[in-house]
Amino acid sequence: MKRERLGWLWLPMVVCFGFLYIPIVALVVMSFNSGKSALNWKGFSFRWYPELFNDSDIGQALLNSLIVAVGTTVVSTVLGTMLAVGLVRYTRSTALDALVMSPAILPDLMLAIGLLAFFAAIGLPLGLGTVVLGHAAFGTAFVVAVVRARLVQLDQSLEEASRDLGAGWFTTFMRVTLPSIAPAVAAGALLSFTLSIDEFVIAFFTSGPTSPTLPIEIYSRVRFGVTPEINALATILLLISALAVIAVAVAVGRSPKIEAPETGASAKTEKTHDE
Amino acid sequence: MTSDALLTNPLVQIRGLGASYGVVRALDDINLDIGDNEFFALLGPSGCGKTTLLRAMAGFESPTEGSITLGGEDLLAMPAHRRPVNMMFQSYALFPHLTVTKNISYGPSRAGVAADEISRRVAEVVEVVGLGGLENRRPSQLSGGQRQRVALARAIVNRPRLLLLDEPLSALDRNVRSQMQLELKRLQHEVGIAFVMVTHDQEEAMSMADRVAVMADGRVQQVAAPAHMYQKPANRFVAEFIGQSNLFEGSAVAGGLAIAGRVLPGHGAGRFLVVRPEAIRVGDAGVLAGTVLETQFTGGQSTIAVQPTEVATATGRPILLTQPGFSTLERGAEVRLSWDADTAVLVP
Repeated sequence: MKRERLGWLWLPMVVCFGFLYIPIVALVVMSFNSGKSALNWKGFSFRWYPELFNDSDIGQALLNSLIVAVGTTVVSTVLGTMLAVGLVRYTRSTALDALVMSPAILPDLMLAIGLLAFFAAIGLPLGLGTVVLGHAAFGTAFVVAVVRARLVQLDQSLEEASRDLGAGWFTTFMRVTLPSIAPAVAAGALLSFTLSIDEFVIAFFTSGPTSPTLPIEIYSRVRFGVTPEINALATILLLISALAVIAVAVAVGRSPKIEAPETGASAKTEKTHDE
Repeated sequence: MTSDALLTNPLVQIRGLGASYGVVRALDDINLDIGDNEFFALLGPSGCGKTTLLRAMAGFESPTEGSITLGGEDLLAMPAHRRPVNMMFQSYALFPHLTVTKNISYGPSRAGVAADEISRRVAEVVEVVGLGGLENRRPSQLSGGQRQRVALARAIVNRPRLLLLDEPLSALDRNVRSQMQLELKRLQHEVGIAFVMVTHDQEEAMSMADRVAVMADGRVQQVAAPAHMYQKPANRFVAEFIGQSNLFEGSAVAGGLAIAGRVLPGHGAGRFLVVRPEAIRVGDAGVLAGTVLETQFTGGQSTIAVQPTEVATATGRPILLTQPGFSTLERGAEVRLSWDADTAVLVP
């Protein structure tokens, strides 16, 4: 099939891409500013990168964020995958489906206030652990959404075949279900990781005063004026997340595809296409 | 239902089996025996309960009443993964992330068979089903016929006492299908496992199975060997479902069926008379008069449609009859039809 030429449509396309990427370009460019402000360009310099590496508060905040993100990913991936399997294979309830998604749909602020009230009520001391729990609440919902979409497409007779061949439910899950939904589980894990690492509102409410995550640390500095150090940090994070996304895309691209259920009709249409 | 359903020394005994889903009665008072080494077919239109019955044997459906025993053991008390029964799925359900070898060795591995014994057995079944050279392929790299062989190999490698086949040939195209029909039958003799096959294709059931159970509305209508079922259908449903039939409705009298002031020859009891197309003779004398509507020459035989002039069939359709060789009957010819009483049967 021949593609139509873009013609004058290149203009809105460039405007759209510009809208998306100019802020990011500006952010990266300003990280090389020699001046003390992230807003006025004074000249080119690498000075903010070494400064960033010597800033132990930022380092600690980044570490906190990574701990929270990894913790959130583990909790929400495990819970979300189990929940998705349960919802798809063992219930037909649409009410449960909607209920699972509500933490993802609920305004962050309300969820955050609710979590804070809950943690206070059960006397749980605030810290990184409570942030993980808070993030996992909505991370789980996203993992369920992604994994469930894949599970619904999965031929249920694969699992029956496994049981028929002598595997109990656990072996069936580990050897048949999980390999088949692995790309979706990976995508869900990545999603919850990225959602957690830059989450602000819930972290702001549920982290203790001594263990700020990176967004909270940055926010507290913004009040005294942003230095290009923050831009340098953002540039590095941008690079890391770009590499992570590429790595996942490659990994998912290599995994075996789910076969469409073979039927006599589809086999015949394939044949006619070949001729 | 006839007593043909029960055997003296069966492998599988199904007694009073019933299953209800809400108001739907999926299975109703099923009584069947399946013998050792038997090729048994469950035949019926879609929604008749045949697949539910098969899945109940495999352990994927829970009947609400009745029992299934295999070699005297209560099958329903065992979960699916502990039953000495294997199933070949309609979609084949091959594991897409595993190679042919890994697919086939999945069952023996779960059963804890030693590794060298597994590879010996896998090599053996690969040989039997003719998959040599494809061991390291994935299901997506195989043709429909090859996938079917993998599915079969994966089931029989476990040496089950009973193999369940859910529409095993429906996903294959016509040419491969007839070849696989012969091959399945050969394999069944070779491996000596009882086969229970679900199909909606009566030709497939008749040509492959030792005995056939015809089902409708969750009930077994008749169990018999194919030839017997064709000659002596138990009721109108079976008569119409199995092969071609001409059906007349009237009342049973000595020597046949009384209809419109005459007696059509037949035997048995019931208000429907079943006359098979090949039993009808065309001549100058006969019980029925009609006009030839059409003749079709189909290779070795001719099929002739005759519109009866005095008596209508129960379905309102013309009478079909077959003659060996090429028919000289022309459209519009006035003919008389006859048949012998022992070739036509009365059914309820």
